[in-house]
Amino acid sequence: MLSEIILEMKDISKSFPGVKALDSVDFKLRKGEIHALMGENGAGKSTLIKIITGVYEKDAGLITLQGEPIHFKTPQEAQDKGIGTVYQEIMLCSNLTVAENMFIGRSHGPVVNWKQMNEKAEQLLASLGIPASPMQELSSCSLAVQQMIAIARAVDMDCKILILDEPTSSLDEDEVHKLFELMRELKDRGVGIIFITHFLEQVYEISDRTTVLRNGKLVGEYETASLPQIELISKMLGNVLEDITKLKKHEPVVTDTSVPVFEGIGLSSVAGVRPFNFAIQKGEVNGFAGLLGSGRSESARAIFTADKVTGGEVKMKGKRVKIKTPLHAIKQGIGYLPEDRKGDGIIADLSVRDNIILTLQVLKGFFKPFSLKQAEEFADDYIEKLNIKTPTANTPIRSLSGGNQQKVILARWLLTHPEYLILDEPTRGIDVGTKVEIQKLVIQLANEGMSVTFISSEIGEMIRTCSRLIVMKDREIVGELRGTDLTENDVMNVIAKGGRNA
Amino acid sequence: MSTMKKSFSHLVLPLSVMALLIIINLVKGADYFRITMVNGALYGNIPNILFGASELVILSIGMTLVTASSRGQDISIGESATITSAIFVQYVLQASEVTPLTIVVAFLLSCVGGLVLGAFNGTLVSIFKVQPMVASLILFTGGRSIAFMIDGKLSPILANDISNKIGTVIPGIPIQTPIILTVVFIVLIAVVFKTTNLRLYVETVGINPNAARLNGINPKKIIFLTFLIMGFCSAVAGFIAVNKAGRHDSVNLLKLIMMDAILAVAIGGNSLGGGKFSITGSIIGAYTIEMLNRTLLRLEIEPAMIKVFKAIFIIILMVVASPVARAYFTKVLDKVRSSNKRKESIPKDAHIPTTNIAVKKEE
Repeated sequence: MLSEIILEMKDISKSFPGVKALDSVDFKLRKGEIHALMGENGAGKSTLIKIITGVYEKDAGLITLQGEPIHFKTPQEAQDKGIGTVYQEIMLCSNLTVAENMFIGRSHGPVVNWKQMNEKAEQLLASLGIPASPMQELSSCSLAVQQMIAIARAVDMDCKILILDEPTSSLDEDEVHKLFELMRELKDRGVGIIFITHFLEQVYEISDRTTVLRNGKLVGEYETASLPQIELISKMLGNVLEDITKLKKHEPVVTDTSVPVFEGIGLSSVAGVRPFNFAIQKGEVNGFAGLLGSGRSESARAIFTADKVTGGEVKMKGKRVKIKTPLHAIKQGIGYLPEDRKGDGIIADLSVRDNIILTLQVLKGFFKPFSLKQAEEFADDYIEKLNIKTPTANTPIRSLSGGNQQKVILARWLLTHPEYLILDEPTRGIDVGTKVEIQKLVIQLANEGMSVTFISSEIGEMIRTCSRLIVMKDREIVGELRGTDLTENDVMNVIAKGGRNA
Repeated sequence: MSTMKKSFSHLVLPLSVMALLIIINLVKGADYFRITMVNGALYGNIPNILFGASELVILSIGMTLVTASSRGQDISIGESATITSAIFVQYVLQASEVTPLTIVVAFLLSCVGGLVLGAFNGTLVSIFKVQPMVASLILFTGGRSIAFMIDGKLSPILANDISNKIGTVIPGIPIQTPIILTVVFIVLIAVVFKTTNLRLYVETVGINPNAARLNGINPKKIIFLTFLIMGFCSAVAGFIAVNKAGRHDSVNLLKLIMMDAILAVAIGGNSLGGGKFSITGSIIGAYTIEMLNRTLLRLEIEPAMIKVFKAIFIIILMVVASPVARAYFTKVLDKVRSSNKRKESIPKDAHIPTTNIAVKKEE
């Protein structure tokens, strides 16, 4: 492998009002390597990326591209120098064709040569092994293929550096592998790839080197293969690692005669989940396990009536109740932390305080507003309890980091003192430290008698927290696992065997 | 307290526009603030502005709420007010003797009319998900004809003593009645905000209707409610307007006032895309518009040209208040501040780098 350095950053510093986002960080990228950039949220990964791509200007330091000092003022300049970026959310137009998406904004002059464009697109797709045709409408491609097309667009022009900012977060395993194949192909062509992800396994699978940042400072650069996973985590976290291993899950006392807190019989919803039965005991933590699209989120949404429920009945503590809207569910003591934090959870422009008191305020009623003092007390109480990092309770929630936003939503539900709390992917896209905090909290809540459904795409996380796993596949429950010594393989086996197990 | 600072920052724009207008007026003539007493009531430039802006202030309040919840505007408010005031006039004219009770009953009937019109728009927007501007286009188009049908004739005259008092002054009270009614209305709205969660609900629905629903708020109900309030505001504005005019002119009453109401909402620092809102800002915005209108008159600009000047003024205002310009000012301000700090610590000439207008993107 060539070890020619194409990008070198030295002593890069960047401050925002009140925060030192980067503090003399060094970073090196070699030709034809896949370099993982790791760190918690707020470690400075995005800031570093944005400096490379010209979104931000650095305060101090030196950047050289192939030995030549550079200073980008706009993203366009960086692009012209061969630095391509693909972000987590796919930024393409779904109603245009594949070829149009690849070349939009690239043509010089007012006339588009459609034939030539489609031919060029076809060549590029073929050479990268992307299974799509140029004339196809983008929305008809799978998410993974769309992501690949975004990459193809980025690498089209003599690309030397490709930055992938969490490209895998919305892909399933199979799609991730397809993406990795493409990355390896580009690597062989000598492209330097910077790869950011929250999935540790993926780092080990694909990356050659790893640079770890923590709190805006460089921790170090390592050969991925010679860095044990546990050490990587401890480098990212500092020293909270012990907490993960100390987690001890709670085993509820369940007798045959105990009446479940919540029981759903034959529930189905417009989201297409097949009628299912589900019950949860007081103080129990259960999980819905399964791959993306298996129906794990859809089931949770059906329980809370987040999607319109089309059939079935519900019992709370043995009594039949009618739940038709989320408000009914909340009144029955059910809480639901949605999977899509931005779209369904936060009220972006409102303050942390208003976001915390919202649901309790709705429960109390339209004509009974809390006094400012009361609201402040509630908010301050939970900001302290959950260790929410916010300048003030009055700060708009949108300016908080993902993990802290998630804690605010958690606080919102805890404030209503639900008997049954559904957490749909509470740890997605947030830093490891907060993940551990949330898992600890779930176990603590269960010990206090709350029933919790915990859904996560990281099976390991569910195994650590849940005493019962309901395994789903193709929008159906295919099995149930209990016990303290479950492994990820047990879960995989149930999924693989499909409906015959149970 | 930082809370207070934050909650007033959006008022900087309307207040500075107001200050600018006052300066222009003072340059034109130092007697701008002079108030004279005529027949026991106060008159002058300032009372005239307060008097003239009454309807606009009331309508701007409703417009603010509709904008915040539905992320769109109601363009039928002038027509709604014309219909409700037609109901009012019709009831008053058919009474054999006009007593205060007649006026009250007529007003309440017109309010019912306003609520019906609000419900009509609200149903279209909340249940049928029609764009607010398109939904209200129906009443905008047909409203004045409906008012004419209720009236039965062109411009019926309200020749009774009570109406006259409502439209001008009540003997013994030095302030013109519409000003008092507007203040009463503002106080009423303030009480509603104090005793209900209207603000929290409307803002939540305007910012994120999905999240609102999952937290137990029904976005449809809240959007519907804001249109009902808009209907009520139209009825009150129509009541004041028709009593001021002394006759009901179905063709010209509050014509095109929705433009000024939308503008007042914008000048007040509110996003026309919904979400967080400031009623205080809109109220100041409404008075600012009236002040602008009267300033142009006072500068003796030819009546035919007034609209051009108003348009130029608004363009400048909107550019200055645009997010792009704001981000630029913030950046310049930050640089000036930090260079000042540097000057304090290191007494060297601080170098101010060239500014870059890239708008910082929030997460």
